[in-house]
Amino acid sequence: MTLPIFGPTDDPGPNFMATLARTKKKDAGYYWWNSSMDSAVGERNGIAANLANWTGDTLADRMRHGTTIIALRYKDGVIVAGDRRATEGHLIAYRNMEKVIRVDQYSAMAIAGAAGPAMEMARLFSTQLEHYEKVEGVSLSIEGKANQLSQMVREHLALAMRGMVVIPIFAGYDIQAGSGRIYTFDVTGGHYIEEEHAAEGSGGRNARSVLKQSWHTDISRDAALALAIEALVEAADEDIATGPPDILRGIYPIVATITSAGYQAINDDETASMVHSLYDRLQARGENSDWRRSR
Amino acid sequence: MTMPYYVSPEQVMKDRAEYAQKGIARGRALVGTSYDNGIVIVAENPSRSLRKISEIYDRIAFAGVGRYNEFDQLRVAGIRHADTKGFAFSRNDVEARSLANLYAQYLGQVFTHEMKPLEVEILVAELGSTSQSDQLFHIAYEGTITDERGYAVLGGDAEVVRKRMAEAYKPGWKLEDAIRTCVRVLSGHDRVIPSSDLEVAVLDRSNGERSFKRISQEDIDAIISPKKSARSKSSSEK
Repeated sequence: MTLPIFGPTDDPGPNFMATLARTKKKDAGYYWWNSSMDSAVGERNGIAANLANWTGDTLADRMRHGTTIIALRYKDGVIVAGDRRATEGHLIAYRNMEKVIRVDQYSAMAIAGAAGPAMEMARLFSTQLEHYEKVEGVSLSIEGKANQLSQMVREHLALAMRGMVVIPIFAGYDIQAGSGRIYTFDVTGGHYIEEEHAAEGSGGRNARSVLKQSWHTDISRDAALALAIEALVEAADEDIATGPPDILRGIYPIVATITSAGYQAINDDETASMVHSLYDRLQARGENSDWRRSR
Repeated sequence: MTMPYYVSPEQVMKDRAEYAQKGIARGRALVGTSYDNGIVIVAENPSRSLRKISEIYDRIAFAGVGRYNEFDQLRVAGIRHADTKGFAFSRNDVEARSLANLYAQYLGQVFTHEMKPLEVEILVAELGSTSQSDQLFHIAYEGTITDERGYAVLGGDAEVVRKRMAEAYKPGWKLEDAIRTCVRVLSGHDRVIPSSDLEVAVLDRSNGERSFKRISQEDIDAIISPKKSARSKSSSEK
């Protein structure tokens, strides 16, 4: 390694990705991964076809997928949450996945889609935010952060078109405006402000229905947390790729709040107690009464 | 005009060293020292935005004296090095020693091969798990690297300041004591540095993953003149 010093005319500034490209650390970076996968796919007429030749599996059977993620604004900021399941085709590949990732003091990214590239994107994104903050001496604005993530999603388009779609939700606390903010993305890198809530991934549609029914502008922290849990439980109830709270192993959804006090992960005890009170409520409502009667 | 045919290498090096030393001596000194729970760096710096002390990585800080544009370029290079390394490998693999060596090589290279040496001296501090394992690397304009024990002094008038620091330094002291002493050591007996001209930052073991933190001016005031700031607080309450 040499000291990465640049002249004033070719200085990459506070852009970490540009620094990576400039220092040509192709043996160890996302930049390399992205471009070499791209050419490999191009040359061989599709990874999917090759995998099928070698193993009889499709790409989806060999690639881990993250599933349901949600975010909702509430009185003091924003809540981000995700289930814990990763799938490979019809199999459960991982029960412990953390789809909500703290990227800096005031923001988090939740990921759905191809797990490998998504985790790498999150790592690159959080490094970029920290890099900018250290080089410039100030943090990026929340809009600036969302734009950065947009660029990363856009750069991923070539792989997304070959089945490795990554769909993030970006949520953070806007210190200037004093409120929570949520951004959703499409594969082309477009980013969209969500005023109320957002849900992505295979169980996203079901989660969204739940959020839609109970969300309101002044929702309190506790009510919003309970709603987030309910949305994920509902998604798991309808979607095979979304994992329900795993009481047997003590694995509960990852939930975090971001407020003026910064990012805070909700501990498992609090999540567990919310899950149990939700289950009690559902039971009391006679959720399974028809089935019970028929026995 | 006639040009001299030959200048001895000794003379060239001497001239360059003198030039660099002159540039560095024009600036104010800074002091870095270990305290019971971390490392504190205190610099005399009238600017609020052009910093001498900066964060490099989770447990690494950078401080420079001399020409601002030159040490700032080194600072940014350090951040790039650390972030690239941490991204390629792991956050735990980023350490100060290799960065200090890179700085030393670069400064040495410039000193011997370029027309003009860099007029800077830099400090690379790394927080250890205990004060005993804290590290302070002092790198001079010509690439000399020194692994300092307990404290390091850089910049103009460094010899005098170092002598004062050697007398005042106490291993394992508290942060407040360390800051008060560093300020006194920088100012000497015949003048007082206003707190607005001080830049103070710490690497503190209780700060979590990113241990670097700047000490705000109010906190510096409260530390260096506790009575005065307590009085102004009570008067503002009335």
